Amino acid sequence: MPPARRYAPSSFEFRRPTPGEQLIRFENLVKAFGAKHIYDDVNLDVRAGETMVVMGGSGVGKSVLLKCLIGLMRPDSGRILFEGHDVTNFSEEQFIQVRRHVAMVFQGAALFDSLSVGENVAYPLREHFPELSREELRRRVAEKLELVDLPGIEAMMPADLSGGMKKRVGLARAIATDPEVILWDEPTTGLDPVTTQTINEMINSMKVRLGCTSIVVTHDMVSAFTVGDRMAMLANRHIVAVGTPEEMRRSTVPEVRAFLDARRLELGARGMP
Amino acid sequence: MNSEVEAGASSLASRLPLGMRARASLESLGELTRMTGQVFSRAVRPPYGWSALIYHTESLGVRSLPIALLTATFAGLVISLQFGYFLARFGVQYTVGRVVVLTLFRELAPVLTALTVGARIGSGMAAELGAMSVTEQVDAIRALGADPLRKLVVPRVQACLLVMPVLTVFADVVGLCAGALVVRLQYGITLELFFQGALDAVLMNDFISGVVKGAVFGLIIGLVGCFKGLTVQGGTEGVGGATTQTVAITSVTVCLADFFITKLTLFF
Repeated sequence: MPPARRYAPSSFEFRRPTPGEQLIRFENLVKAFGAKHIYDDVNLDVRAGETMVVMGGSGVGKSVLLKCLIGLMRPDSGRILFEGHDVTNFSEEQFIQVRRHVAMVFQGAALFDSLSVGENVAYPLREHFPELSREELRRRVAEKLELVDLPGIEAMMPADLSGGMKKRVGLARAIATDPEVILWDEPTTGLDPVTTQTINEMINSMKVRLGCTSIVVTHDMVSAFTVGDRMAMLANRHIVAVGTPEEMRRSTVPEVRAFLDARRLELGARGMP
Repeated sequence: MNSEVEAGASSLASRLPLGMRARASLESLGELTRMTGQVFSRAVRPPYGWSALIYHTESLGVRSLPIALLTATFAGLVISLQFGYFLARFGVQYTVGRVVVLTLFRELAPVLTALTVGARIGSGMAAELGAMSVTEQVDAIRALGADPLRKLVVPRVQACLLVMPVLTVFADVVGLCAGALVVRLQYGITLELFFQGALDAVLMNDFISGVVKGAVFGLIIGLVGCFKGLTVQGGTEGVGGATTQTVAITSVTVCLADFFITKLTLFF
């Protein structure tokens, strides 16, 4: 249940920032689930137009970071700034305005089982643009499915789709409202290498075609280095390193090194360079 | 929610000492009360989800009709047999219709319908919403700018509130007919005598009391089922636990509510 929150003083109005400008800021974030502390003091800046990859092991709270940004979870303390607005204490109603500009692609796609693919993609359009005609809805749904290379599958049900197709329909649904920011929660987990590459290409193509900012949460290092403009490493309840892929490769931070070395060992064991 | 983090928190909760578990139960009750308030406030404000209400009324009500009618039939048969047998000892077996109609209308029809249908639809709602919660579909609804309470809970609770009184009325009629038939065959009491006695004995208040109970039980079933579904933690294992808990909680709450409603209605 969303907890009751006080209204923030101002309503939310989004101004599209220029590329490179600071768009999102996580400031001194603290979060715990019962006795388990997830974040002690997390700080991270994301710039407009970039793809920021947040890496980290399982259970360190990578997804929690994304969910805090759109109000699906609330931090215990600290601030989250989105385009200069402090959204930390936004009410559920105010977060609906934020979610119009920030879309999330869920780990398991989270498609609605009872709705067809077309109805899934149309869902956010009906919520945010109730004035759209049936014909316009149909046109936009077809356009978004075309964008993820799945044209003409509006009538199919989620149960009939493969894992990779579900992810892409999830992306079509997320971009239906033309958001400025896309949050990717473990986009390549559980996919075969070919589909993983397709998803990576899709993340890159969204940046080029829609000009949007992305935050990608993953522990897949190949994917991270393929899509990331900058990378952040979440470990021991902090962001322990931030930098470009090249800076991360040369990093001497033990947690980053351990991650990279483990990946190298894994590839080596498979006889890959 | 983050599944691993949540699973950790959930397993931690199950290891808590009794006092802390009692506190967690009270907190849960508080959450349910708050959700009830939120559901009511959303239910009276537009936009109204008529199509969702019709869909859930059909899926919860019409599909529950066979089990409700079967339960009512056997309840009518058994109490008519029992009362017919014992009233014959006092030579007043012709009054069986009066006794059966009051027992059915005031107690058995609403309570048995709530226990059997409630178990079916309450656990069904908990399982459906629980599965949606663990597969992040509820989070997705929020992320896409919609309100899960308005989309998922309000139409289900409204449907429960509508169908339970209607099912209770069906159970009243079917139970009474079954009772009339069995006393005709078993004790030779004519249908005319049975129904005349029933009509002489029953007051509008008796009928309304049962219908009101049906509505209150429907509200309990809808709210508890949805609440347990939306608050599932710990993956598929949690969904199983939520459905079991829904059946247990609705059964106990229906019995408790029955006592207090009976106490109240006897004054009017």
